[in-house]
Amino acid sequence: MIELYNLHKQFGKQVVLDNVNFEVREGETVALLGPSGTGKSVLLKHIIGLIKPDSGKVVVDGKDVSTLKRKELSELRSRIGYVFQNGALFDSMNVFENVRLGITDEAKYGDIDYCRERIAECIRLVNLVPETIEKFPAQLSGGMRKRVGIARAIAGAPKYLLYDEPTSGLDPVNADIIDSLVQRLDDELGVTSVMVTHDVRGAFRVADRLALLSEGVIVMQGTPQEFLASSNSKVREFLERDFDNPSFAA
Amino acid sequence: MNVLAALGRWVLEGFSQVGRLSFFIVESARGLGEVRIWWPRMMVEAWNIGAGSLFIVMLISAFAGAVTALQTGYQFTGSIPYYVVGTLVVSSIILELGPVLTALILAGRIGARYAAELGTMRVTEQIDALESLGRSPASHLVIPRVLAGLIMIPALTVLANLSGVLSGWISVKAVLPVTDADFIYGAQYYWRPWDAYYSIIKAFFFAGSITIIACYMGFNTQQGAEGVGRSTTTAVVTSSVLILVLDTVLTRLLLNQ
Repeated sequence: MIELYNLHKQFGKQVVLDNVNFEVREGETVALLGPSGTGKSVLLKHIIGLIKPDSGKVVVDGKDVSTLKRKELSELRSRIGYVFQNGALFDSMNVFENVRLGITDEAKYGDIDYCRERIAECIRLVNLVPETIEKFPAQLSGGMRKRVGIARAIAGAPKYLLYDEPTSGLDPVNADIIDSLVQRLDDELGVTSVMVTHDVRGAFRVADRLALLSEGVIVMQGTPQEFLASSNSKVREFLERDFDNPSFAA
Repeated sequence: MNVLAALGRWVLEGFSQVGRLSFFIVESARGLGEVRIWWPRMMVEAWNIGAGSLFIVMLISAFAGAVTALQTGYQFTGSIPYYVVGTLVVSSIILELGPVLTALILAGRIGARYAAELGTMRVTEQIDALESLGRSPASHLVIPRVLAGLIMIPALTVLANLSGVLSGWISVKAVLPVTDADFIYGAQYYWRPWDAYYSIIKAFFFAGSITIIACYMGFNTQQGAEGVGRSTTTAVVTSSVLILVLDTVLTRLLLNQ
């Protein structure tokens, strides 16, 4: 379970997260919605300890992330897969080595036969052809890079998956492919997921629960149905862009 | 008042940078235990530094040796014995020109590369990705680069010294009636083995300043492509200035006792 209590973060004078309270229960998929620049990615990075809060705390599986020692934090991170916005693949390594780094168990990482098998499985799970493993990130399209990023995140069989804008910058067809992939991975792997996105349509397709972050504050949390029924002006304003979109209605 | 305020801010920022750099060094040193991670990467980096820089380092050192020999010949012809040319060429190259020129070349070549590589990795979230996978950026990225520099830059300095001395020897014979025996006699007359150690010690400190500053700047890159450019420039300028400061300090400490 992931719990955020009174999380506050500011950079200089700019308050990015203002006493945010938020929780993700075991097995559910939560989409964190909000316009660009409202601190969604910053919130996600707090969960994995890449950013430390100014005040408040992030608790994962009962442990306060910001107080963990180096080894404990490393152990926690091995249970969390993080999918970065642009893949964040290592340029100097091919897809095989990139995905291999996601195998966080050192004994398994050193077993090349296990790695070959696991990487092939992850590549298949993200709908890429086996030949992709020989390629370097520069030889991949944006959508393929995102899928390799997902393959790397699931390689260590994590308990939690954190997606940072998995469909941003993609055309609608590729965005749909990624959304379906996220949904399928949640079902097949049984992971708990948090997806940061400003794509309302994708969030409604994938998430069990939604939260809207605006100006550093969680405006609303609830099921997709509760969001649709909400009269909150910020929620309406955010959703209506996509209500007018015929593809959303479909 | 504004000038004082700006000066105060500048001094505070300077102290703050020194503090952050010290913290970065201590944090990075913690990765030294992960030998299995950094050893293979260090070998690759060492090869890149050595093979990639050997030609340019020896070329520049050869020209420095030749010019030193020719200018010595021009200034002292008829006033002092010819063997002194051997003394001056060997001393100038080994004590000063070899290590300092090599370091300045490598500050541009290696320092810029490291700062740009790590800066790009920072702004494209590759360093965050490494951390998110529970892996240490220090043992994967910093230690291999710093150790490779600490090994290869002194080694390149030794080769640069040899190149400079040989080039000076050949050049001076072309313009002055200096025999090989004269040159060798002059080279040996004031030679102290400590000079060679001094040259290598200086190169070792220069290597540390080039690689650590470059990695630190790269790691702290912000704001996209512009930030990468800024980090790269700052790394080269800072390490070049630090090389000259260290040169003076080490000369005072090691030679003027």
